Amino acid sequence: MTEPTSIASDPAWAGYAAPGWDEMLGPDEPRPGCAGVMTYLERLGDGLVGRQEAAELAIASMGISFTVYAEKGNIDRAWPFDVIPRVIDLHEWQRVAEGLVQRLQALNLFIGDLYGDAKVLADGIVPAEIVLGSPNHRPECVGVTPPKGTWAHISGSDLVRGSDGVFRVLEDNLRVPSGVAYMLENRQISKRVFADAFRSLDILPVDGYPIALQRMLASLTPRPGDVPVIAVLTPGIHNSAYFEHAFLASQMGALLVEGGDLVVGDDDVCRVRTVGGLVRVDVIYRRVDDLFLDPEVFRPDSLLGVPGLMRSWRRGKVAIANAPGAGVADDKVVYAYVPELIRYYLGEEPKLASVPTYVCLDDDHRRYVLDHLTELVVKPANESGGTGIYIGTQASAEETDQIRRAVTAEPRNWIAQPVVELSTAPTLCDDVPAPRHVDLRPFILSGERPYVTNGGLTRVALREGSLVVNSSQGGGSKDTWIVDPDVTVGPPGPPVQTQVQGSGV
Amino acid sequence: MTDLDALVKDAPEKEAPAPILLPPAMLLSRVAENVYWAGRYLERAEGTARLVKTHTELFVDLPRSVGIGWSPLLAVTGSEEAFHDGYDRVTEDDVVAFLLASTDNFGSVVASLDQARENLRITRGLLPRRMWEVVNETRQWVQVSAVAGCARGNRMMWTEEVIRRCHTVVGTAASTMSRDLTYAFLEIGRLVERADMTSRVLDVQTGILMRSGRDLPQPYRDLTWMAMLRSVGAEQMYRRQMGGVISAGAAIQFLLHDQAFPRSVEYCLTEASRQLRDLPNHDAALAAGHDAHGLLAAVWPSEVDLDGIHRFVDDLQLALGRLHGVLAASYFPNGPAADPQPA
Repeated sequence: MTEPTSIASDPAWAGYAAPGWDEMLGPDEPRPGCAGVMTYLERLGDGLVGRQEAAELAIASMGISFTVYAEKGNIDRAWPFDVIPRVIDLHEWQRVAEGLVQRLQALNLFIGDLYGDAKVLADGIVPAEIVLGSPNHRPECVGVTPPKGTWAHISGSDLVRGSDGVFRVLEDNLRVPSGVAYMLENRQISKRVFADAFRSLDILPVDGYPIALQRMLASLTPRPGDVPVIAVLTPGIHNSAYFEHAFLASQMGALLVEGGDLVVGDDDVCRVRTVGGLVRVDVIYRRVDDLFLDPEVFRPDSLLGVPGLMRSWRRGKVAIANAPGAGVADDKVVYAYVPELIRYYLGEEPKLASVPTYVCLDDDHRRYVLDHLTELVVKPANESGGTGIYIGTQASAEETDQIRRAVTAEPRNWIAQPVVELSTAPTLCDDVPAPRHVDLRPFILSGERPYVTNGGLTRVALREGSLVVNSSQGGGSKDTWIVDPDVTVGPPGPPVQTQVQGSGV
Repeated sequence: MTDLDALVKDAPEKEAPAPILLPPAMLLSRVAENVYWAGRYLERAEGTARLVKTHTELFVDLPRSVGIGWSPLLAVTGSEEAFHDGYDRVTEDDVVAFLLASTDNFGSVVASLDQARENLRITRGLLPRRMWEVVNETRQWVQVSAVAGCARGNRMMWTEEVIRRCHTVVGTAASTMSRDLTYAFLEIGRLVERADMTSRVLDVQTGILMRSGRDLPQPYRDLTWMAMLRSVGAEQMYRRQMGGVISAGAAIQFLLHDQAFPRSVEYCLTEASRQLRDLPNHDAALAAGHDAHGLLAAVWPSEVDLDGIHRFVDDLQLALGRLHGVLAASYFPNGPAADPQPA
């Protein structure tokens, strides 16, 4: 554990003391890439509070919101944003990005293999029962080869940094990862309130993402040569990520459709209902889960889906990203095998660390887990959004008993990991910077050329000591700045007065 | 062979520029319906705010003895029944709160803006971002200020602010939106709603003003007719058109038939037909638009003909209802057009 860090030159920051690894401040000086930002923030002093207020005003007027599911109907809440950016050194980020690309390459090969020859199972790399028993394994996908062999086109991997300062993948999201619109909006807001900082620091832009996404989706069209019609398929306005669906459709110039807007004809072609009649759709960026894609195949009672969509996809009449069935590889049990999968498919060592994981299905692992429950985090294999997680260090004896019974009863459903102490980043709390735990979700596009966002969405647990960063559970967010430390633009001085030249002498 | 050909031939072969690929202009049926309703709700919010404002002005101008009361506002907005579900007596406070601030009244300014916002939220990606922002801000602002805005001392400023903000929304659309199908449905929604509002103002106000006006001295009589014009925002344009002449007949003619004033019934229906003509498969919709327009030709009251106006307004309401039905059937989801037919 590192010593508490503080810098004393500014009263607002004097009391700042991080419990572990801090993203902004090392024991003696700012982290690489952070010096310019720190100088800027210190000069702002109390002015920082005004910038936070300006940011909140901008969020309210821009209508950046997310939906909270509540008993009394859904509530549209203003997006929680902390104005102090989270900064990452460009060189470090490049290594992380390479690791992410490598990881997604292996995962895509793995999914294709599973629904193809399943060599990975025959070779005993991953136990067959783990994969075939996964609720995200879709027998309907066996034998399908999607365009370019890619299954997980868009993914968001959650990264954390422990007390050793090493970035680790905590989980992969290969189904319908969300958050990228907030990453883009966060940048819009911080550009608005920190316009002066953007002039004087070398911060990598993030807004290339929608174009990269559009290009990747267009490349999947079954009718190359024709202008592809791309649609974003949303569950609708009541979905918590609707804002993002609308945002991305708008940014890509794509249609935003709900299940009811699409029809699949007897010719297996998928079409959208427009005021001018039915028009063929080539590529669907779906933001609904597999089971709600097609009531003909999955849930007959689902109102969200498009009857016949799977038929259309299997016949290659429409491309779907991410491909149905891709979620089999973001199972938390599969996670434990990813380093092995990278070696198996790519013959390389993993470039990005992951968290040691105990698979409860394995007898030795399970015995260890049950003996060390109070030290471990136990996670259900197939939940998202932080639900159902047991944290041994904070659990009551009763909760520990419960988890013991659950793990023993259905070991396939559980994995365990050591507690990862998330790093902290300075966050405005009651108008004073205080350390709060953060994670990071970068987004990776697996197209002809892989693409990784410059940074990603930093989520922050606003409650002191809390490790829960999910916005549905009181988490906030920050803009993430990838900064080149070698570019010495120097900290911003006072605003430069432009001389107005008179015409006469 | 001309020199130019030779030049072209000898020119080194250049890579052909990449064609600019644009997806075909498309509007989803569901989205068309949302945009159309957004247009109607925005128009309704503005119209209702103006109605309350001008009626308040008239009310404070007229002698107490005239007693025009507040029920005309309920008649114009067609909300008498809904009002009496919640209130026993027609009082200024209750009627104004019902029309401006009530969340129970589907047609109140607050509810209309709420629904306009909801419709635009669904379609936010299609419309200029600033338009969405203004609607969003306005809805937030009316929610916190509407109750205070109902008080007579604040009412003028509040309703004027609502109108101003609605104009900002519409002005943003007018100055930044492509004239495509999306814009057409927004406009059609606004025009249908406005023709409806103008005709109802005409119907109700004419009746009331004629009856109570008979006993009024001349200056007050002029005042009431000007108030009718003002309640659809027509006063200034009317004066320019008619010079100083103020008469019941001229005012009615103006609101029905003026070709240049954008809130006259004539203008709304002409413009709606023009927009309908740009829609795909527009035969049925255009026919319904023409039917409504045709009614106008039959109503030329040279004298104030209360019964004639009333009949016309009834017929027009039905015709507008039919137009709406045809739009829904031709373009909105769940209409016949939604049957799967390969295009």
